Amino acid sequence: MATTLIVNGETKSFDAPPEMPLLWVLRDILGMTGTKFGCGIAQCGACTVHVDGRAVRSCVLPVSAVENRTVTTIEHVGSTPSGAKVQKAWLEAEVIQCGYCQSGQIMAAAALLAATPNPDDSDIDAAMAGNICRCGTYVRIREAIKHAANGRQS
Amino acid sequence: MNAHNNLTRRALLTGGLATGFVLAFHLPLRAAVNEPVQPRDTTEGKFAPNAFIRIDETGRTVLMMPQVEMGQGTYTSISAVLAEELDADWGKVEVQHAPPNDKLYGNPTFGLQVTGNSNSIRAWWLPLRKAGATARAMLVQAAASQWGVEPASCTASKGEVAHAASGRKLGYGELALAAQGQTPPKDVAVKDPRDFVLIGQPLKRLDTPDKVNGKAIYGIDAILPGMKFATVAACPVFGGKVGKVDDSAAVKLPGVRKVVVLDDMVAVIGDHMWAAKKGLEALKIEWNEGPNAEITTKDIWDDLRKASQKDGAVAKSDGDIAKALASGDRFEAAYELPFLAHASMEPINATVHVKPDSCEIWTGTQIMTRVQSEAAKAAGLPVDKVIVNNHLLGGGFGRKLEPDMVIAAVKIAKQVDYPVKVVWTREEDIQHDVYRPVYRDQITASLVDGKVAGWKYKVAGSAVLARWLPPAFQKGIDIDAIDAAVDAPYDFANFHVEYVRAEPLSVPTGFWRGVGPNNNVFAVECAMDELARKAGKGPIEFRKSMLTKNPRMLAVLGQVAEKSGWGQPLPPRVGRGVCVQPSFASFIATVVEAEIDDIGEITLRRVTSVVDTGIAVNPDTVKAQIEGGLIFGLTAALYGEITIDKGRVQQSNFHDYRMMRINETPKIEVIVVKSGEAPGGIGEAGVNAGPPALRNAIYAATGVALRRLPIDRKLLAAGKKA
Ligand code: FES
Ligand code: FES
Repeated sequence: MATTLIVNGETKSFDAPPEMPLLWVLRDILGMTGTKFGCGIAQCGACTVHVDGRAVRSCVLPVSAVENRTVTTIEHVGSTPSGAKVQKAWLEAEVIQCGYCQSGQIMAAAALLAATPNPDDSDIDAAMAGNICRCGTYVRIREAIKHAANGRQS
Repeated sequence: MNAHNNLTRRALLTGGLATGFVLAFHLPLRAAVNEPVQPRDTTEGKFAPNAFIRIDETGRTVLMMPQVEMGQGTYTSISAVLAEELDADWGKVEVQHAPPNDKLYGNPTFGLQVTGNSNSIRAWWLPLRKAGATARAMLVQAAASQWGVEPASCTASKGEVAHAASGRKLGYGELALAAQGQTPPKDVAVKDPRDFVLIGQPLKRLDTPDKVNGKAIYGIDAILPGMKFATVAACPVFGGKVGKVDDSAAVKLPGVRKVVVLDDMVAVIGDHMWAAKKGLEALKIEWNEGPNAEITTKDIWDDLRKASQKDGAVAKSDGDIAKALASGDRFEAAYELPFLAHASMEPINATVHVKPDSCEIWTGTQIMTRVQSEAAKAAGLPVDKVIVNNHLLGGGFGRKLEPDMVIAAVKIAKQVDYPVKVVWTREEDIQHDVYRPVYRDQITASLVDGKVAGWKYKVAGSAVLARWLPPAFQKGIDIDAIDAAVDAPYDFANFHVEYVRAEPLSVPTGFWRGVGPNNNVFAVECAMDELARKAGKGPIEFRKSMLTKNPRMLAVLGQVAEKSGWGQPLPPRVGRGVCVQPSFASFIATVVEAEIDDIGEITLRRVTSVVDTGIAVNPDTVKAQIEGGLIFGLTAALYGEITIDKGRVQQSNFHDYRMMRINETPKIEVIVVKSGEAPGGIGEAGVNAGPPALRNAIYAATGVALRRLPIDRKLLAAGKKA
């Protein structure tokens, strides 16, 4: 039973058990390793992708639930306006340390800015508190989101 | 090696890369097995004057990284050091992970290719500068001989040699082949730090552009043709073994390929992680739990408290401690620290392909050569038949100073003829770690005229070094466990340090970011605050009075007082706490400001750190490491504890082994002092600062002198007293 997804604008068909989480489909079947495994139980946000523009935890999202819906991953988020701004701001603020959590952080931040172009601190907390960074880059994440938002206005 | 960026998939599958950890002591081992200037590489068609530098005819400059990149920014800093003396064109610099080779890439402090103890820059500072300067001299010689002029009349800058008198210039690429034929100068001069153009600049990191778009490849991202995926369950009780395994249901599941039963671990191999996970869940495993099946945290603490009553091995004894403690006002306290897991964001993994006559490994490790030799043993092959491809590490923190995950993956891969990627679930990662040991630190001191007259400090805990590097464990003293105990920054005339080795029942211990100093700095700085109060002095004033011989520490302490607003009035139940810290040859003073509500919940309001790390190769990286280190340490103080029941770790994932999150993160200001001293270590330093500074802020806010971590909120509810 082939499953069909639209990932980063491309239609992908493959065989997978319907309950298989999207994370493992992306990583192990489609070979797209930008999306990371951190906890497997929706606690860390490393696996965050966009489904129809909203940030979701792919480690607990059965692939059957996203069939024929639009999935965007870190590999392609730079082609969205908010994603490109976030990537740029991330590099300008030199947010990243090991980087392992950052695919998820960037996906969460891009979804935040797409929905809330000028987030305040509590918007940032609400959108980003689900994303753990073990290297502790939070101070710079906050700063970079604000820069990305200001860039949008100018 | 031809990809524009060597840290992406293409480069990894065709070449190789490398990563880092520092111990703050100087190991009495093989001092610098590697000569400052390395043997030449035989790479064809390139200028390869030593093991670190490759320049091809286009001028492309590839630098081989002897230390590993796990987030600490060392690839950029090491490159800046090499490129500085090479006078390379920074825009043409690329990095590549080094292959395993202690002779070429062994950390000069350890004689091993290891990244740890915050010493990458300290250990390599001179050897890499000389390597860069030697290469530069050979390029200059090549140009001078082509032009028939004196080398001394030529200059080099940004990847070009110039002869000002005649206006001629040649790029390093144009000179590469000719330079390869030059004789390296015997003893080359390095630059005067005043002439640095890259060192000291906040250069943009080389590894981060590919970390914003999913292109950066970590060990867990390795993909090989025909690869399958495995996940494991180790015996939940430490030291236990596999008994019986009923795999009848598992093998029927779609996508499950094979069940592999090892001595103490079971693995399921599948077409993807999901199949492997489902297969593992479907197994019925009976464990032979062995003698440790009843152990609890309480047993471990009972043992440690008992062991800590013994006299220890004396690590330092200045003056007359017995006499000093007999005089003045006496103070005694014991500080206790829990087990901690590393919980790197990238769960433990290794990908292995075992063939009849070779074994190839894809992983991210802090110990390249040890991984290679241990894998060789597990595979039953000679070391030179084992290829290790290192990767970027999604955090290391000391966990990846161990080869266990690679050994297990080799044993699993031996059972099949295809490559297997073995990925541990987060639960396995947390429950089968090597843990930051429990420590019990006792400090006995006396106060005379408001100053410490006698200071006796006994550290009791596991000797990680005795297992990890046995020759470094001498005379019963783990020099890591007492590192910042013997190195206390204060003027203590009568100063005595002892160490009691006490291995916790059944629980494996290992290095954890901050290493030994993370127990010492906590105990010393907590005790100093309690002593200050006993002496009727302010915490900063008291410390300053005993830092008269330590001008660098005194300076950062003075500056942090000013920057943190020390002394300015605060609302009730808000306090400021200070920590002074001499770890890894850096001098750091930190102030945490925290609020404690009526039920004992803690809000971090603000953190200020002033850092004198000598020459800061990349000041922005220094800041970032302190920011991140502070959060790592504060996370431990607020939440970190691994507990044992029935011989098993009780925590399993981020819901019960909590991490600080962005909504809990305070403002953090890090000030990096300008200095011309030799560089210090920085990757772990922030970790040690957070817990004592927070604990002292709580002491100031509530009067409660906490002596254990993690912080027990129950003790902090309004109305409680010390
Ligand atoms: S891996 Fe999905 S939230 Fe952690
Ligand atoms: S950058 Fe390492 S976990 Fe976030």
